[in-house]
Amino acid sequence: MANLSAENVNVWFGQRHVLKDVNLVFPKNEVTALIGPSGCGKSTFIRTLNRMHELIPGAGLAGKVVLDGRDIYDAGVDPVEVRLRVGMVFQKPNPFPTMSIKENVLSGLKLSNRKTSDADGLVETALRRASIWNEVKDRLGDPAISLSGGQQQRLCIARSLAMEPEILLMDEPCSALDPGSTRRIEETILELSEDMTIVIVTHNMQQAQRVSSRTAFFLAEDGNPGQVVEFGSTEQVFNQPIDLRTNDYVNGHFG
Amino acid sequence: MSQNETTAAPERRSLRAKPFAKADRIFYRVSTIAANSSIVLVSLILIFLGIRAWPAFESQGIGFVFGSTWNTSVEPIVMQIGPMLWGSILLSILGVMLAVPMAISIAYFIVFMAGKKLGSSVSVLVDLLAALPSIVLGLWGLLVFSPVAADWAKMLHDALGFIPIFANSGDNFLRSPFIASWVVAVMIVPIIASITREIFSQLDRELISASLALGAGRWSTFRRVILPTAAGGIVGGVLLGLGRALGETVAIYFVLNLIFDINIFNILEPKGGSVASMIMSKFGEASTAEVSGLMAAGVVLFLVTLFVNMLASYIVAKAQPWRK
Repeated sequence: MANLSAENVNVWFGQRHVLKDVNLVFPKNEVTALIGPSGCGKSTFIRTLNRMHELIPGAGLAGKVVLDGRDIYDAGVDPVEVRLRVGMVFQKPNPFPTMSIKENVLSGLKLSNRKTSDADGLVETALRRASIWNEVKDRLGDPAISLSGGQQQRLCIARSLAMEPEILLMDEPCSALDPGSTRRIEETILELSEDMTIVIVTHNMQQAQRVSSRTAFFLAEDGNPGQVVEFGSTEQVFNQPIDLRTNDYVNGHFG
Repeated sequence: MSQNETTAAPERRSLRAKPFAKADRIFYRVSTIAANSSIVLVSLILIFLGIRAWPAFESQGIGFVFGSTWNTSVEPIVMQIGPMLWGSILLSILGVMLAVPMAISIAYFIVFMAGKKLGSSVSVLVDLLAALPSIVLGLWGLLVFSPVAADWAKMLHDALGFIPIFANSGDNFLRSPFIASWVVAVMIVPIIASITREIFSQLDRELISASLALGAGRWSTFRRVILPTAAGGIVGGVLLGLGRALGETVAIYFVLNLIFDINIFNILEPKGGSVASMIMSKFGEASTAEVSGLMAAGVVLFLVTLFVNMLASYIVAKAQPWRK
């Protein structure tokens, strides 16, 4: 069930080779952190997992992303089906400004023309799982952008959860947030990981150690495309890294 | 002696900064003059028009706006612009209805579908269309477009003639509001398209990513995310276009029969009206009294346009409650 893996993934933007031969396996119901300095291709990589590069002109890909035994880039695969199973939370909180809090939670259903028999129940469940229910339950009709940044991000998580994805991708979900909001989102991630596979890009070493069980270290050296230098359990990558460059990075010697 | 009794609040000081540098002073002066002169100009035009128009309003009364007779050979003369005023409004509404879907599609193509090169060359072409003098468009409308559109009109009539809108009593499909509204649409498409393009390109791309990531298709992203977010700006563009449509003179004059008989919605009949075109057609050989009537027509058109613009800013403000 819901096994996700990347096999020899390469990405080009125009002529520029930005990601080379990435092989990663994301075990079910575990949190995998992608770390590395800016420009190493980790955000680029995470976006290959739900085909988000479709929007970028000139983007090209080689290799496979396999979801339950099927390559999601197969000609016969509808990207919409992939995205319904693989949800995503972005770096900057991006609730739909024209919609209320409740409408934002239900927006995925509307956008993909799906129906639910119990909209209120779904809204409550999703907001509870994103641990924001208590803060917004009395003002579900308010515009989503009346919330604070941290609340907006948790609303965006709830919006993804309402679609009941099997895998959740998070691209630096806390980089625009204050420490309090960050801590709450980390708690949410840990709760969600009980029944969900999560892939999270982060710049924050402590965060990777707090939330993830496995870590991949990406690095792009001197104009070369980004590559995975080390991949293993978070414990091992941070405490007994095999590669010297990993050791330098996790100990703050560069990046 | 406590502090409270002795110390009154210190004197309040203005925080406005005076321009010190010479360049700043000149810049301030010029800006102020420019801003004020626009107010002065509009008021002067309105006053001038009002004074010249007053005799017509006085002699014709409220019938000037709502009646449908224009006869300067009887005594006292009758001047009523009802059919022209309605004609202007009808043409603008039809023109906008034709133009808006086209303009939004163009803007969507340029911003979200075309690559950089194709997108910018299409933009240039659309902007060129906006720069087309309306006399040229009028000639094109008369010589090239009218015969073609008359065929379309005939087809519409043959297929849907049982609906009153598409009725036609004779067999003449030329010079109808249908044709004129197409010409109007061609004029306002570039205005609406370039404003919509601007709004689309300022849209937060992350919203589109979010929508796609939730499993939306391109169409539902457009309808439920892009369009609602851009609505206020698009309405603004539409109203600018509407302003131009209401005031359009020459192009309409070439392709429309101006008839002083109110034609509410038979858009295929060769019978329509336009205040601006009427003023132009009659001005050359008008008597003093008639000129006053034409001025009055101008005042009415001005007020209608003003009303439309005010409605516009109201709608734009209401349509984006999240943008304070």
